[in-house]
Amino acid sequence: MALDRDLIALRVARALRESGARYVNLGIGIPTLVSNFIPEFADVILQSENGALNYGPLAEPGAEDLDIRNAGGQFVTLLPGASFFDSAAAFAMIRGGHLDATVLGGLQVSEVGDLANWMRPERGIGSIGGAMDLVTGAKQVIVAMEHTTRHGHPKIVRRCTYPLTGRRCVSLIVTDLAVIEVTPRGLVLREVAPGHTVEEVQARTEAPLQVAPDVGEITF
Amino acid sequence: MIVVPVLTPDEAVADIPNGASIMIGGFAGGGQPFELVRALARHGARDLTIITNNISVHDNTDLLAQHGLIRKAIASFPVPASEAANTALERQFKAGLIEVESVPQGTLVERIRAGGAGLGGFYTPTGVGTRAAEGKEVRVIDGREYLFELPLRADYALIRAAQADTMGNLVYRGTARNFNPVMATAADIVICQVEELVPAGVLDPERIGTPGIFVDRLCIVARE
Repeated sequence: MALDRDLIALRVARALRESGARYVNLGIGIPTLVSNFIPEFADVILQSENGALNYGPLAEPGAEDLDIRNAGGQFVTLLPGASFFDSAAAFAMIRGGHLDATVLGGLQVSEVGDLANWMRPERGIGSIGGAMDLVTGAKQVIVAMEHTTRHGHPKIVRRCTYPLTGRRCVSLIVTDLAVIEVTPRGLVLREVAPGHTVEEVQARTEAPLQVAPDVGEITF
Repeated sequence: MIVVPVLTPDEAVADIPNGASIMIGGFAGGGQPFELVRALARHGARDLTIITNNISVHDNTDLLAQHGLIRKAIASFPVPASEAANTALERQFKAGLIEVESVPQGTLVERIRAGGAGLGGFYTPTGVGTRAAEGKEVRVIDGREYLFELPLRADYALIRAAQADTMGNLVYRGTARNFNPVMATAADIVICQVEELVPAGVLDPERIGTPGIFVDRLCIVARE
């Protein structure tokens, strides 16, 4: 069984917990879902580049405040100790190395941890948003994405062919099929989705994978 | 006492000429001066350079492309993530009618900050080794590569705040702040859409997000 988007987000939440990350920025898409799996008592403080620190889950319908949103434009709640700031301060936090981790979507990740996530070449135009700043400044970059494209092509590749977001910046990849760590020795397959095999994951991955000695099923 | 002129949105944008550069505040629907953007579309000045965080139908800035008023856009989200959004800006870009510069968001806001603060640019590590580095000076500082980025200024800034006083002091609310206070520093004429105008002395000086020195015109627009 491949993981659905919620389960990918749940597995990312575990990675954040294990790494002890405190200040975290979540990108748009699957990464946004991670906020649903960070318990309010956890020591994780979410930063949003549109100018909020310590925001909480999405606002309930009818309880939205039009001036309190995340970077995807969704209405969110605030947790005790929240703060607001302008975009220059938001990127001082991001670029200045004050974030422990960021979770981003991906179009391609290479075997050395290069990330491409802002433009499909066939579209001819793309939006960088905060991604290039986030991969430059955050201490840890986790990519949460589907393992292959809609057409079944690998997204974990030897070399990115799409325009790069950053070089050698990704440390962990969580997909619907696997958890893969980017190490100086290459990509290491740590966990495989229930019902799938190591061989199957490699077959859907262009870059060579080293299999961790203790490789097992994805756990949350 | 200096009093900042209070105009209707149509009056406030009436002198914007063809070819003007215009910053528009806001982020993903928050803090966007919707009524000023609509007034600009009605006004119809053409060949505009638009500097803004995001352009989409949802947040209304695509309206300017729909009216054929944009010559160049400088933005961190010039197009929505989904191609299905099919904005006028994207169609015009693909038809070769307009120029679009995609800028990393932190670089965009810092270029505006530099422009407003009288700086000649800055070095940033963001974008090294990517298309954002094309044509830019690379300098190694303490063993790390940085790109040189130029300041950005504009003829006009259209911004939004929650409250203003008659001297042009602005108070923002929540995440509606974003690019607005930075853009307020970087344009020759700053026009601010506010929900409420109060007499000078009413707003707590500690809460002022943009001091009145930066604000040239005010428009009072009820919250939609």
